[in-house]
Amino acid sequence: MLLKDTIRENQAFLTRAIVAGLLVMVAVAMLAWRMVQLQVIDHEHFTTLSRENRVKVLPLPPTRGLIYDRKGVLLAQNRPAYSLEITPEQVGDLETTIAELGRVIEIDEEDLERFWLLRKRKRRFDSVPIRVNLSQDETAQFAVHRHRFPGVDIKAQLLRHYPHDVKTTHVLGYVGRVSQRDLEQIDVSNYSGTSHIGKNGVEKTYESALHGVVGLEQVEVNAAGRKVRTLEQSPPEPGVDVHLHLDIGLQEVAMKAFGDNNGAAVAINPKDGAVLAFVSQPGYDPNLFVEGISTKNYKALQENDSRPLYNRALRGQYPPGSTVKPFMGLAGLERNAIQYDSSVYCPGFFRLPGNTHRYRDWKKGGHGSMDIESAIVQSCDVFFYKLAYELGVDRIHDFLAHFGFGSRTGIDLTGESTGLLPSREWKRRARRQPWYPGETLIIGIGQGYFLTTPLQLAAATAAIANNGTFFTPHVVDYLRSRETGEINPIPASPHPIPIGFQQNWEDVRNGMLKVVEGARGTAKRIRSDKYRIAGKTGTAQVFTVAQDAEYDEETLEKKLRDHALFIAYAPIEDPQIAVAVVVENGGHGGSVAAPIARAIMDAYLLPEAPPPEEGS
Amino acid sequence: MNYSPRQLGNLTPTNPNRRQGLLAVFHIDLPLLAGLLLLSGFGLIVLYSASGENLAQVERQAIRIVLALAIMLAIAQVNPTTLRRWSPWLYAVGLVMLIAVLVFGQVGKGAQRWLDLGIVRFQPSEMVKLAVPLMIAWYLAEKRLPPSWQRLSIAAVLIVVPVLLIAKQPDLGTSLLVASAGVFVLFLAGISWRLIGALMVAGAAAAPAAWYLMRDYQRQRVLTFLDPEKDPLGAGYHIIQSKIAIGSGGLYGKGWLNGTQSQLDFLPERHTDFIFAVLAEEFGLTGVLMLLALYLFIIARGLYIATRAQDTFARLLAGSMTLVFFVYLFVNTGMVTGLLPVVGVPLPLVSYGGTSLVTLMAGFGMLMSIHTHRRLLPT
Repeated sequence: MLLKDTIRENQAFLTRAIVAGLLVMVAVAMLAWRMVQLQVIDHEHFTTLSRENRVKVLPLPPTRGLIYDRKGVLLAQNRPAYSLEITPEQVGDLETTIAELGRVIEIDEEDLERFWLLRKRKRRFDSVPIRVNLSQDETAQFAVHRHRFPGVDIKAQLLRHYPHDVKTTHVLGYVGRVSQRDLEQIDVSNYSGTSHIGKNGVEKTYESALHGVVGLEQVEVNAAGRKVRTLEQSPPEPGVDVHLHLDIGLQEVAMKAFGDNNGAAVAINPKDGAVLAFVSQPGYDPNLFVEGISTKNYKALQENDSRPLYNRALRGQYPPGSTVKPFMGLAGLERNAIQYDSSVYCPGFFRLPGNTHRYRDWKKGGHGSMDIESAIVQSCDVFFYKLAYELGVDRIHDFLAHFGFGSRTGIDLTGESTGLLPSREWKRRARRQPWYPGETLIIGIGQGYFLTTPLQLAAATAAIANNGTFFTPHVVDYLRSRETGEINPIPASPHPIPIGFQQNWEDVRNGMLKVVEGARGTAKRIRSDKYRIAGKTGTAQVFTVAQDAEYDEETLEKKLRDHALFIAYAPIEDPQIAVAVVVENGGHGGSVAAPIARAIMDAYLLPEAPPPEEGS
Repeated sequence: MNYSPRQLGNLTPTNPNRRQGLLAVFHIDLPLLAGLLLLSGFGLIVLYSASGENLAQVERQAIRIVLALAIMLAIAQVNPTTLRRWSPWLYAVGLVMLIAVLVFGQVGKGAQRWLDLGIVRFQPSEMVKLAVPLMIAWYLAEKRLPPSWQRLSIAAVLIVVPVLLIAKQPDLGTSLLVASAGVFVLFLAGISWRLIGALMVAGAAAAPAAWYLMRDYQRQRVLTFLDPEKDPLGAGYHIIQSKIAIGSGGLYGKGWLNGTQSQLDFLPERHTDFIFAVLAEEFGLTGVLMLLALYLFIIARGLYIATRAQDTFARLLAGSMTLVFFVYLFVNTGMVTGLLPVVGVPLPLVSYGGTSLVTLMAGFGMLMSIHTHRRLLPT
């Protein structure tokens, strides 16, 4: 029946509709319960998560301190530099993006190499520079196309720059990007915002002062990690400025005086050990290293025969040659091995008792009768062979050790070499061999195992000049806070040498004075009318000449020629500067090294005088 | 048998002239319209915040709502009898287009869903969302209810074919909605509880089989649903961020335009599928309950219209449409709150986008049509 069916259907439908309605109610209740769970019960938990999401603590890197020379000339500065950086996380395909970028801005092999290198070290969301030091034009050029490159941005940062580049490298060192190895040695949180760190030189020694203390900033960020606004801030403490004793003008004069020669020169103030000039020739441009040097450039520096990367003043180890004679003479006098008027006849060679081997003098015919003064002035080898023989190696070692030979001077630069001041004990330990008497003789003329650095020679010369105080050389004068003006001086550290008899020192200094002022002095050509110089020439063998052969400078290849050395201080009455010069393969000390020392002393002592002529 | 007046209520002739005025002339059901307008309005307010205060986007959505409302009103003018006549044809056209889309369709986001008809790009699966309940209601209403086994089997095939075609695109969300539209008609048609129980057991047993039929990304979604923390920056990111947004909203929310999760981009898809999380973050539990109340009101009105409908076809159709609307709501909010796996179903009438909006409004147009076209005599 139609009506009955319809009513039954209607009834059935109503039941189902009510069931459906109830199911809807149950489902909505479930949903509402879920909301209560999330929004009421777990509300606090999610509030924390939400806050962690949006609030990030960002480091505020401090500005690095500047470096000045003694006259306030800026040697290391922070220059605003613009770099183009890619955040890999925000870029789809790096290769295509870089290829595209290459059409807008010049990107060369070096840039690519650096990019992929840095990329490996950084996290996905860190930006990596693809181009550094953008010019203004390039910056503008990119800005026009910027919308095409999401995840690529121009970043402004302060970049270290050394305006006197090559002149300061071996003293200042340079900063470079913080490496994995650096990270192991520093307080990582303090460097959380810092990209560069001192790699060597003053930049490294005074890293903690120059760097400063990191500040922190609480910021609200969006999901892409971009800062939306600042919530809280504690500013960084900028690095402290470093003022050097070094005089960039002096440095320049010294480098110029070297001409094409390789070598090193160190000038020290004998009154406090302040390093006035510190030259290692050749130098190189430290600015290359700041943004990471390219393999090509690095290879060129490494393969250069002149080894510009090698810090000769600090690490170069040379036999002191005859420059050691004043120290030997002083040792002989102080240890009573000789007297002031002890005379030795020089026939041009020396023989050990009971031995036929001839230890030759540099002067074939011999110097004739020699005392300590004339032996220093004319640099007689035979006199010092005999003296050394009488002193014995261990007494020589113990006396010379007072002048800093054989150990690091403790200068405020890293990587210093010790040189080598031999002794019986050293030979037994290092070579597992006994000491032979002949070896003592050649120590007496600064050859054999004896090695010194130019820095050691300068510091030792300063100790003679100031009458017996060895000062630890230091490059930095004081630290100065830019904010407070507070000055933190680096104190001199004196190490007095015990003096046996004062006159012995005067005698030796007198000999050194006559090296320059005397008629037969080996460095008489650098005599000055304006002030009096005391010095000593030296020649260090690179190539051992056979027993009977002649050393002929003309026929020898330049790199086998002797090193020329010269130590000096001036003015004699009140020494203000002590200098040590080493000219590699320069030949004789008096003709090549001494003029360089003279040029440095002139520049320091006669500041008004015009720059000295070559070889004057 | 005695029939109470209440039971006969549906059969009581209604005088169309009893309700005068514009509403009657334009076949508008005022409570339903009011509910839809309130919901859409609320949606636009949330959208303004979710879009990052992008007024142009809000305007575009407002225009879509107006267009969808116009379509709704147009359909409301169509007599249910006409709708019923069209049902098989609509279904047939829908099926042809689904096949066409698999053959000629345009690929977008890794799925073939669109058909380019020259003038407009068209998503046939949307039309099928309406065509399936129309067809099943038409088919079952032909004969006495509850349907015989034979008719039930045929109805099942009529549902399964388009569902599989859509699943193959692949579009899991839509096939789910189409399937539920068909199944609701069957349910309302009074298939036996025993059968329902058996089907549920069979479904549970078939779950492992379904696992093998799923695509990789679908399996990934299920895995992510089961353990979102496993891949917090990858697949689990959506759900984790959405839960943080909702949970941090608390009782009263962070305030309109002040949701940090949504304003700082932590919440993905925030103006489309995940707009519910924006609302929950900025308006808190209070806002959520208000929204749910609005939905419940619309659903209640839909079910009321269904129970008041004059014939089986209209009843089944209206009931199914209303329940599908609820499925939208439940699947979307379930997904956003981490109760269900991620399935691309928008929050109905609130999420940004026009496709589902038009379909939903067309469905409401049918509800209005059913409620406002009344015959004087029962068939």
